[in-house]
Parts: sequence; C-alpha cells; structure tokens
Amino acid sequence: MSRRSNALDLHIPAPRARPGDAPDFSGWSFPEPGETPRPEIDAPAVELREFAYGLIRVLDMDGAAIGPWAPRLAPEALRRGLKYMLLLRAFDERMHRAQRQGKTSFYMQSHGEEAISIAQTMALDPSDMCFPSYRQQGILIARDYPLVDMMNQIYSNKHDPMKGRQLPVMYSSKKDGFFSISGNLATQVPQAVGWAMASAYAGDVRIASTWLGEGSTAEGDFHAAMTFASVYRAPVIVNVVNNQWAISSFQGIAGGENTTFAARGVGYGVPPLRVDGNDFLAVYAVTQWAAERARANLGPTLIEHFTYRAGPHSTSDDPARYRPTDEARAWPLGDPIERLKQHLMVLGEWREDQHRAAQEEALETVRATGREAEKVGVLGVEGAHEATSMFDDVYKDVPWHLRRQREDLGA
Amino acid sequence: MASMTMIQALNSALDVMMERDPNVLTFGEDVGYFGGVFKVTEHLQKKYGAKRCFDAPINECGIAGAAIGMAVYGLRPVIEIQFADYMYPAYDQLVSEAARIRYRSANDYTVPLTVRMPYGGGIYGGQTHSQSPEALFTHVAGLKTVIPATPYDAKGLLISAIEDDDPVVFLEPKRVYNGPFDGRRDRPVIPWSKHPASDVPEGYYKVPLGKANIVREGADLTILAYGTMVHVAVAAVEDSGIDAEVLDLRTLLPVDIDAIVASVCKTGRCVIVHEATRTSGYGAELSALVQEHCFYKLEAPIERVTGFDTPYPHALEWDYFPTPPRIIKAMRRAMEA
Repeated sequence: MSRRSNALDLHIPAPRARPGDAPDFSGWSFPEPGETPRPEIDAPAVELREFAYGLIRVLDMDGAAIGPWAPRLAPEALRRGLKYMLLLRAFDERMHRAQRQGKTSFYMQSHGEEAISIAQTMALDPSDMCFPSYRQQGILIARDYPLVDMMNQIYSNKHDPMKGRQLPVMYSSKKDGFFSISGNLATQVPQAVGWAMASAYAGDVRIASTWLGEGSTAEGDFHAAMTFASVYRAPVIVNVVNNQWAISSFQGIAGGENTTFAARGVGYGVPPLRVDGNDFLAVYAVTQWAAERARANLGPTLIEHFTYRAGPHSTSDDPARYRPTDEARAWPLGDPIERLKQHLMVLGEWREDQHRAAQEEALETVRATGREAEKVGVLGVEGAHEATSMFDDVYKDVPWHLRRQREDLGA
Repeated sequence: MASMTMIQALNSALDVMMERDPNVLTFGEDVGYFGGVFKVTEHLQKKYGAKRCFDAPINECGIAGAAIGMAVYGLRPVIEIQFADYMYPAYDQLVSEAARIRYRSANDYTVPLTVRMPYGGGIYGGQTHSQSPEALFTHVAGLKTVIPATPYDAKGLLISAIEDDDPVVFLEPKRVYNGPFDGRRDRPVIPWSKHPASDVPEGYYKVPLGKANIVREGADLTILAYGTMVHVAVAAVEDSGIDAEVLDLRTLLPVDIDAIVASVCKTGRCVIVHEATRTSGYGAELSALVQEHCFYKLEAPIERVTGFDTPYPHALEWDYFPTPPRIIKAMRRAMEA
C-alpha cells in the first residue's frame, strides 16, 4: 500500500523495553537530592508550577539526607517507619503466597511502593481521612489496624469484617479513617474531595487524602475531582502513584510521554509536587507540606510519587509477559526499604544485625497472624457466612422484595 | 396550607429541611445564586448562605462523587442533576459507589444522599431534555427510586428522601412542574391551584417512601402509572367511560406491591403506562410482578402503553408521548379480551 507523502500517521506510545530487552532508563535525569527548594506553604499555586517538572529528593543513594526538604524526624520515628515497611513487605509476600496455595482468590502487593503509604500515614494526623486505591494497605498497617483482620478479609472467613462480600484487599475501616476500597478506578478521588469539602463546611480540622495510580488519572473522575478541589479549595491531598505500569500499559498510555502527572495540577491551579516515591524522607516531607497547606485553608495539593511497581499488578498478572523481568532491579531510584535502612545506618542508628532481627520479627508476626487467621478459615470453607446474610446492608432496612428473595433461598 | 406548584412544593421541602437540619445542603449546576434553571432552589442561597446552596461545575460525575464524599462524612446532601438526561456521567458514581457503599463496607459507611433530577418529555426538549431513565435506577441494588405526581406528594416524598439513610434517586416530572398536564393538548393547561393536591402544608410533613396512592377508585380495570402519566391516565379514564382504578406508584423501588396486588386482583385487568422506552422499561417489571402475583385473577393480557423504542424525537414528540387516546385503546383491548 503506497502512502501519500503528506499522509497523517497515528502515534501509539510504546515503552522502551519489552521482555528480552535490557531495562532502559537511559536519558532520564533527576535533580540532585537537596537541590529543590522548599516553598512556603502559602506560596501561590502559580509560583509552584516548576515543581511539577522536577523531582523532590532528600536521600541520596548513599543514605545521606540533604537539603531544605529533609524532615526533622527522630531516629525512633524512622525506625518505626522502617519496621512498618518491613511488616508490609512480609505481609504482602505471605498473602501473595497464600493465593498461590489456593487459600484466597486474589491478592495485590505494594512491593516497591511501601514508602508512599507508610510515610504518608505517618505524616498525616491519625484522624485524617484516607480514600486509598487498592495498593495502600500500608495505611492500615501504619495505623496499627489488626493484621489478623486484614487476613480475615483476604480469606473471606467467618471473622471477615466485610462479611465475605468484597474481593480480597478491598478493606474498609471507618474508625481508622480508611474508606471502603472500590475496584472501579479513581471513583474515590471526587469522594475524597467531597469529604474534604464537608469537613470544611462543618468547620472541622480533619483533612482528606486520596490515592490513585498514574493509569487512573486518565479517568474522568480524576479530572472532576481536580476541578472540584480547585474550585472549592478543598482541604485534600491528591496522590498520584506513578509506578510506571497500569497492568501491562506503561505510563505513556496514560499520557506520561509528553509531560508529568504532577503537571496535571498546573492546569487546575493546584500546587503540583513531584517526589521520589522511593525516598521515605521526601515522601514524608511533601505530605507534611501539603497537609499543613490544607489545614491552613489554602486548599489542595497534587503529589506525583515517582516509583516503580516491583511486583505484578495482582496475583492474576504475570509482568514477564510485557516488561523485562529485571526492570525493578534496574530502577534508578532504588528500593524504599533499602534506602531508609541505609540512611539509618549512616546516622549510626541502625545495624545489619538489628535489620535482620527486624525482618525476622516481621516474618514471625506475619507467620503467627497467618496461623491465627487460617484457624478461623480460608476462602471456600463452608458455613463461614450465612447465605442469607447477602441480603443484609443492601439498604438500612430489608425491603419486601429482598425479604421474598431471602425466603426463596430457603431461610 | 398554601396553594403551591410542584416547583414551589419542592422548594418548600428543601427550605424546611435546611431549616431543620444544618447537615442538609444542596448544590448543582446553576443551583446557587440563580436558584436552578427550573427555580427549585430559588431563594435558598440568600436565606441559608452560599455554603449551603451553591453552584457546581458542569461535571455530573464530580457532583455525584463529591456528594457521596459529603454523605460519607455525615452530611445529607441534595444534589440537582439539571436534566435526568445529563446523569450518565454520574452513573458510575451512583451505581458502583453510592448504591454499594453500605453493603461493601458491611454497614461501616453509609450514603444518605438525595439525587434530584427533572425527567420526562412533553416540553419540546428533544433527545437530551426529555428522557425517562427510571429503569436504569430501579435495576440497581442499593438505590431507591421515587417519582412524585403532585405538589403535595413532591414535598412529602422529598422530605422522606432527604431523611432516608440510603441513596434516593428523586425523579421530578418536569411537564407537571407548573400544572397537572393530562396529555389533552387541545385544552388549556389547568394551573395547579385548581387541583386539590396543590394544597400543601407550609411546614414539615412526610409522604412515606414505598407507598402507592389510589388516585381514582374503580372496579373494572387497574392503571399503574407514575409522574406525568398519572394525570394522563386519569384523563384517559374520564374520556373512556370505563370504571378504572388509577394507582400512582410514587415510589418505584421499593414498590408498593400490596397496593398493586390488591387493585389488580380486584379488577382483573391491568394497563401499565410510562413515558420511557418500552423494552426492559419499568413496565416490564410491573408486568412481571402482576403476572406473578395476580395470574389467576387476570381476565385479560396485561397491556403496556409506553414511549417507543426510539430516541426521543423532537418534532414528533406528540406522536411519541403516551396520550389519553393511546391509553384508551389499551384499556378497550383489556376490556374486550
């Protein structure tokens, strides 16, 4: 087929490396740690546009904390953060394996992204409200939600707080400020904005924080949320976790080829901070900045966390089919746990043997909790939930048609 | 008591509830300063302040999503979707979110949200200002769907919807906003002030959700209708000379099955009327319910008079809109069977 010389050509974005190729992050350049200034929290959004195109970094690759964004965190808090991340990783590994063993239908790890949920939860007030996506289980862990109840949910067993109604990892806990997870992407973002508007309406002091993947920023809900957040100056932090991959689609398919995801904030007049998501200190610092800004009635902040999804999208996914298997190891910004560990060691506040002991403790906690949850039951155990309980909570009161359907089921 | 149009009655319901409960607030496109394109929220911003009645960006997904977040917080938002035809961008938020949050969180989070939307044809609104999407909501577990036909019911039902702890889709028949249009286009439109159901208490009262109203008692045939079609059905009965009973369902979900069964089992004949498209319309559900509950009392096949399965045709509106002659034809078929 001959083409006319002036024929138009359709562009379909493609990642640089596919299975069999060497990982290729060449040509990427990042500002040096400590290089990015820290603006005042009341800086007008128009003066913050450049932050969308840079990268806020605190930790260098040798573990030193540098520059104005370095948060003043006591070693004890850093150790707590590290232990939460170790616990989260151990939990993920165990539950991923549990799915492979047929104990549940589905699991999603946050491998490589642990700093985001853990550091952010520590930077927020415990009463602030979180509207997460399905990969921020670290929020529950850092809020000391019972691990066994997370497992009970994953196993849909008799003690599952969601009563067997939800896909594994779709937790909910009102008392912990953790909103019910939806499998429909980005729906939580306008809800978080609405919650924040309500908090402002009521003269409350609590703010909201919400998370979505870079892939989901293509959803209309994200743009609706950004419009509302900007218009009503809602006290909300919108976190885009750019982990490079939306199942098999690289971030270019969501519009990351021509600009950054933080830059979405520029058009909405929302301060856009772009941060190294594998840098615990930087994530903590930008969250603190955004939270202070929101608490001061100065409105929303959009944060892009630049990170890498080191694991599969879910247990139903095999990333070896669409990306180089060693891409995670080649990620230029390292591993969040290793980097915080290194920092603590540089400070002289952590040793290898302490780290091994902490890892072992995390594994043992998960092992013991796993035994406890499995004793209650795993997915598919008969009688975990009364069949008729499926008719509860559709409405506050059971209407006549559901009562009849319940009777038809034989109750 | 005061004589109110349906618009005034809806405005009064919002006024009463905003006065009683500081958690009630309302927003939507043009809802604030301007008081809404149909004036249902008129004066509310002036009376209660901009934080309790305000304009929203033109983004129904955002309106619904933000309102869900507010309801989760503990407020009782009432949102206006300017026309029901505009609700599709909000559909995911209503169907996947509002409807299921109580269920999926095992009663941890709830969504006491009211979604008002003017619906229906007969106003030369064309395809995008005339639709009747009620079946898209009655098909969804976790939503309640309400449609008033008179000012009295509109106010009492809206107050019930706002006080309800579950999400309620509140469809307003805009063709009867200003008068009980009965489909007889050759006659002058009667104002609401000439209709007994325009006598509306100025204060608080409720019309319960899930309860139908017998608008006209009759022995020979039952007409099931809601919204504008209640008035069209009554006109059809007057013109037909058939002693038909007209039931205004008022709530489509949960529907008042007892009232339906009592009436159809008494008359043995049933005609279902709605404006929406026919196939998989709410009439199909009503027909199934009547068949399941009244089969041995039926003297004739159940009849449906509905909009046609076409997009809403602007210039052919009066061929599309169910009118008294079409209903009378169905009634006669049912009587002669």
